[in-house]
Amino acid sequence: MTYIAKPKLRHPGIAVNRLGFTHRDYEGSISTLCAGCGHDSISFAIIQACFELNIEPHRVAKLSGIGCSSKTPDYLLGQSHGFNSVHGRMPSVLTGANLANRDLLYLGVSGDGDSASIGLGQFVHCVRRGVNMVYITENNGVYGLTKGQFSATADKGSKSKAGGFNADSPLDLVSMALMVGATFVGRSFSGDKPQMVPLIMAAMSHPGPAFIDIVSPCVAFNNHAGSTKAYDFVRAHNEAVNRLDIMEPREAIKVEYAPGTTEEVALHDGSTLKLAKLAADYDPFDKIGAMNYLQSRAAEGELVTGLIYMDSAPKDMHANLNTVAAPLNRLSEKELCPGSKGLDSFNASHR
Amino acid sequence: MPAIKSVNDFVVKFANVNGSGSASANEMFARSILRMGVPVTSRNIFPSNIQGLPTWYEVRVSGHGWLGRRGGVDLMAAMNPQTWDKDVASIDAGGYLFYDSSRAVPPSKFRDDINILRMPLTEICNATYHDPRQRQLFKNIIYIGALAQLLGIEAEVLEKLIGEQYKGKDALIAPNHQALRMGYDHARDNLANVCSLKIERANEVGERIFVSGNDAAGLGCVYGGATVAAWYPITPSTSVAEAFGKHCRKYRVDAETGKNKFAIVQSEDEISAIGTVIGASWNGARAFTATSGPGISLMQEFLGLAYFAEIPAVIIDVQRGGPSTGMPTRTQQADLLTCAYASHGDTKHVLLLPEDPRELFEFCAQSFDLAERLQTPVFVLEDLDIGMNDWLCEPFKWDDSRVYDRGKVMTAEELEAGKTFGRYLDVDGDAIPYRTLPGTHPTKGAYFTRGSSRDRFAKYSEEGPVYQDNMQRLLRKFDTARSLVPAPVITHAKPEGRTKCGVIYFGSTAPAVREALATLKADGVELDTMRLRAFPFPEAVTDFINAYDQVFLVEQNRDAQMRSLLVNECGIDPARFVSVLHFDGTPITARFIIGAIAERLSLSSKEAAE
Repeated sequence: MTYIAKPKLRHPGIAVNRLGFTHRDYEGSISTLCAGCGHDSISFAIIQACFELNIEPHRVAKLSGIGCSSKTPDYLLGQSHGFNSVHGRMPSVLTGANLANRDLLYLGVSGDGDSASIGLGQFVHCVRRGVNMVYITENNGVYGLTKGQFSATADKGSKSKAGGFNADSPLDLVSMALMVGATFVGRSFSGDKPQMVPLIMAAMSHPGPAFIDIVSPCVAFNNHAGSTKAYDFVRAHNEAVNRLDIMEPREAIKVEYAPGTTEEVALHDGSTLKLAKLAADYDPFDKIGAMNYLQSRAAEGELVTGLIYMDSAPKDMHANLNTVAAPLNRLSEKELCPGSKGLDSFNASHR
Repeated sequence: MPAIKSVNDFVVKFANVNGSGSASANEMFARSILRMGVPVTSRNIFPSNIQGLPTWYEVRVSGHGWLGRRGGVDLMAAMNPQTWDKDVASIDAGGYLFYDSSRAVPPSKFRDDINILRMPLTEICNATYHDPRQRQLFKNIIYIGALAQLLGIEAEVLEKLIGEQYKGKDALIAPNHQALRMGYDHARDNLANVCSLKIERANEVGERIFVSGNDAAGLGCVYGGATVAAWYPITPSTSVAEAFGKHCRKYRVDAETGKNKFAIVQSEDEISAIGTVIGASWNGARAFTATSGPGISLMQEFLGLAYFAEIPAVIIDVQRGGPSTGMPTRTQQADLLTCAYASHGDTKHVLLLPEDPRELFEFCAQSFDLAERLQTPVFVLEDLDIGMNDWLCEPFKWDDSRVYDRGKVMTAEELEAGKTFGRYLDVDGDAIPYRTLPGTHPTKGAYFTRGSSRDRFAKYSEEGPVYQDNMQRLLRKFDTARSLVPAPVITHAKPEGRTKCGVIYFGSTAPAVREALATLKADGVELDTMRLRAFPFPEAVTDFINAYDQVFLVEQNRDAQMRSLLVNECGIDPARFVSVLHFDGTPITARFIIGAIAERLSLSSKEAAE
């Protein structure tokens, strides 16, 4: 966190993307989160992903609910319209926004309280409806703004900073998203930018409901010994199943990944996803296998990260609803109103 | 034996079992009378149940054209043994009981001041049909045929209606005609000259149509340009969303591509439904939800967001008996206050109060203009009586020169030209700011929407004066709404001068009030009237109330909610109002209103004499 305004100056050699934008053009207001908050790293990863993908910032709509995570859309993409809605209800607002204009990129940013507690219903229904979006949860297992209560993703047996013990079973949003039909599911860690950026880029290129759960330790309330969402704990138990690399027609993004088998997958926007397998027996296109793998690793106390599942031929809500190609918000009166003629037949059939 | 004799003025009530297929036969009966040129009004009285519980269908025949519920029963078609005692007891003295005499009913179960019309319906059906379902369905048609003969409805009229109903399923026409004739002939041969209730051809229906409010509401949303509907099933509003879908499939499918120019989402609950409406409206689509009282309760938090963040939304509330599940299949006007002040904090919302399906059609279409012009939620408050019953009303009209009012939306060109954009800046002095839609311009006009306090340029602020400035502007915006919403309809009993007392009413109460006033007028009691059509109240509302010593305020709720709203918003002395309150779940009747007003007026004149 900083309370010093960002300087307007920029480095003369700052990188420019194909649209002529620099990183700065994808930034938002100054973050008011705590120094070292994982959420800020995620915001930066989103900025980087948009920059790399040459996305026009104003073609993104960013939506959130309430909480620390939900504040972050203000800290990125200042040229995008943002909507900080109601606690746990961002998914329904995003659904409506998407229905109105299918041409924008919808970025939903939420947290574990917002999506796994108060908004669990909206989260699963939005996913099962197949809304074309990138839905990111910044998951820290704790309510930060109200000072450290457990959330529904807190692991059983984890300890709160105030000494409380969580006896309740955790909700795993990744398993849930898989179960209810997300066509792109990933998990990452806010301390692992090389993993986060291509994962977000791949999600943004995916024309269906894409969900990424990002474990993001809360430096103020959930970064102590005994917490399973602390930096040290996650680093020690993070098991990446793959590393991604997005190949744009123009240039590749350099990411560091361990050598192993690689697989190339064409994405819908013309770019290519390079998938480096880290776990030899892991296939992200096998949904049942992914579910099994997640559960068996979780039983061992390991946190599976990377691209967990991807459907290479997704269908979205607009396909299900058979809506016209043009955004509904751009249809003219002439296209919408049947006029007096339409009423003649209606009246005649009601006599 | 006394026998009620009446031409074109009586009430027929059908007592049926829910799920027995009687509804469509009964509706056909009502339509056949309309086709004879005689006005009718019909009401379904049904339980929260799919099959097995009692249900009634009441048809009021009124050559004078009175369309409210009358009360009382002249002819009861008692088809449900479960409710026999109550049904027989409800018949007016001299009235008629038509029943299935296949099984013997003990003499003690009848009354000696009513006329009994016996017909062995089950015997006839069992002798003719073998399939149990056919026996049930055709029984309905047979009794309609019998009643038609008894009342003098032309069989050809019903035959034509059957032909229209089964158009496309032509195989069903002949057997239905046969069943109809069977009933007709049986009554002719066995029940001649026993019924003195008669339908005679008239010319009192004119161009009017027979339509339910929810059907009209769905069509109004199509005409109003709604492209997104999000809803959760709840009686009595479900048929609004269904009607919208039906009309969209007729009018909104692209002829070339077969693609839909609409999107309907059945949400997981009412919270999600209103969230989706808000998201779509924020993004520039016209969107609505339809619900009833419990749904309004669930939407409260979101409604505050829409009010404060200034996002258009249309909510059609089909009111039913509350609180809680209350009487889910009965009618009331009891959501006024919960809608007018929905959500926490200081909020006020626009309400539209249609009197019948025609006005409901009109108001639904208009609600989108108002919501976008005012950038705020607009409630269309109808009720179960309007929504789920067929009403005889003027044909729907649409002026093809009418243009949607899309409100103040700043375009990319205006932004490019350097026009100042402050999302919450009152540029025009009407307290309505400009908005931009997402994706409009690469570098100008983006802003952050939030339910938290912010300044005129949408920047977060918890400064007291900044917050107050915004809240005061919202209040001024509500004042602007006053001049945009439909004005009240005021009638004067005399060409000059005013009556001593006035009457205020709104919504589905209208036909009963009109009839009551005509009856009172015949007795020498004249009253000026005002029909409220919207909240916030235009100035004419306060002026009207202040012009009378006393004002009768007719409402269908227990707590006189409209009175509270008028007292609160117009600063009126509560003592000026005399509340006429009907809230048993049945539609209010002229008889009830006449009773309440007459009682009060005779008291007043006694008081005056003392």
